Amino acid sequence: MKTFMLLVNTPDRVFFHEEADMVELATTEGEIGVYADHIPLTAVLVPSVLKIHQNGVVKKAAIHGGIVEILKDKVTVLAEIAEWPEEIDVNRADEARVRAERRLASRDSNTDVGRAQMALKRSMARLNTVE
Amino acid sequence: MASMRDIKRRRDSIQSTGQITKAMKLVSTVKLQKAKGKAESTKPYFDLMYETVSNMLAKSGNINHKYLKPGASSGKAVIVITGNRGLAGGYNTNITKLITNGGIQREDVVAYTIGSKGRDFLARKNFKIARDYSEIIEEPMYSDAKEICDDVLAAFTEGDVGEIYLAYTSFKNTVVHEPQLIKLLPVEAEAGKNGNMDTTPMNYEPEETEALNLIIPKYMCSLIYGALIESVASENGARMQAMDNATSNAEEMISDLSLKYNRARQAAITQELTEIVAGANAIE
Repeated sequence: MKTFMLLVNTPDRVFFHEEADMVELATTEGEIGVYADHIPLTAVLVPSVLKIHQNGVVKKAAIHGGIVEILKDKVTVLAEIAEWPEEIDVNRADEARVRAERRLASRDSNTDVGRAQMALKRSMARLNTVE
Repeated sequence: MASMRDIKRRRDSIQSTGQITKAMKLVSTVKLQKAKGKAESTKPYFDLMYETVSNMLAKSGNINHKYLKPGASSGKAVIVITGNRGLAGGYNTNITKLITNGGIQREDVVAYTIGSKGRDFLARKNFKIARDYSEIIEEPMYSDAKEICDDVLAAFTEGDVGEIYLAYTSFKNTVVHEPQLIKLLPVEAEAGKNGNMDTTPMNYEPEETEALNLIIPKYMCSLIYGALIESVASENGARMQAMDNATSNAEEMISDLSLKYNRARQAAITQELTEIVAGANAIE
């Protein structure tokens, strides 16, 4: 199977830089799966789970927003934050989820709905990565 | 000729100053190593980000977008990154000089300062300071850069400022640091025209204008974050150099004073001897 180079970078480190068979990402327009020889595409990512398929093994990572540039043989993800499952604090993520849900449910005029939704998405991305 | 006691007092005082500068040099060396490591690990992200955005602009040609043309206001937001502390050679003054002689009208400047040295200088010169974030300079985080970025972008979108600049010290290597004033917004199209781009047509998701809306703020944040990290490294590099110079100057002065002290001591002994001999001769 044809592979491609996957590079995941965050401001703090090079998160992942290896050959991969397939990668699943969630863009603002919906979820996509990318194999080698994909058409060139630049997309904006939303907080979600990044799934890396490598020789039949699937690696998961939480990605919190960023952009992806897809070329024929290379995929570059520039993420603001990227975390492996073992780096995620489940209790904290769960608390954040509950807090965000409460804020959204309260329908208070002071709530910043956009922010609460982002917080919810981030916590869900973390929780889904660990599962 | 100064008396022996005066010379000795002066030498002791320089010696203790030298000890302090030596200790400060050691501290900034350690801090520099840390900051340098951080700057190196963040570098790939910014290079990639820059490349991606440059490619994007080069390919999209003259697209009409609010982030690609200056706003109506003559105001210019300048993000000024300096240190919170002095004794770093020309580090802080080089940046403030950029602002005062950088070709921007004083009335137009709306400063967003990071680092109390720059803030105090600009305040003394009656520049308009919109916000200050001095507390973050010791350990800048990506979320700090994001906050600054959101603030200046809000000022840009609301029409308070028409352009956004960034003044920081770029870290070339341990001894070379360059103060720089760069334009963040509007993003200049020629920034994307250099280098050899591949000409594969690129597709965007969401479509171009909206993608730019989302990507340019990220691009700015990463530039600001990069500038913060590099400035911290430069500050420690500059302080290390300044303290190294101070220590070697102190050592030079100490050896000079030691020589003078010994000469004075010898002169005193010779004089005493001459007096004794003269006295003995007189008795005979």
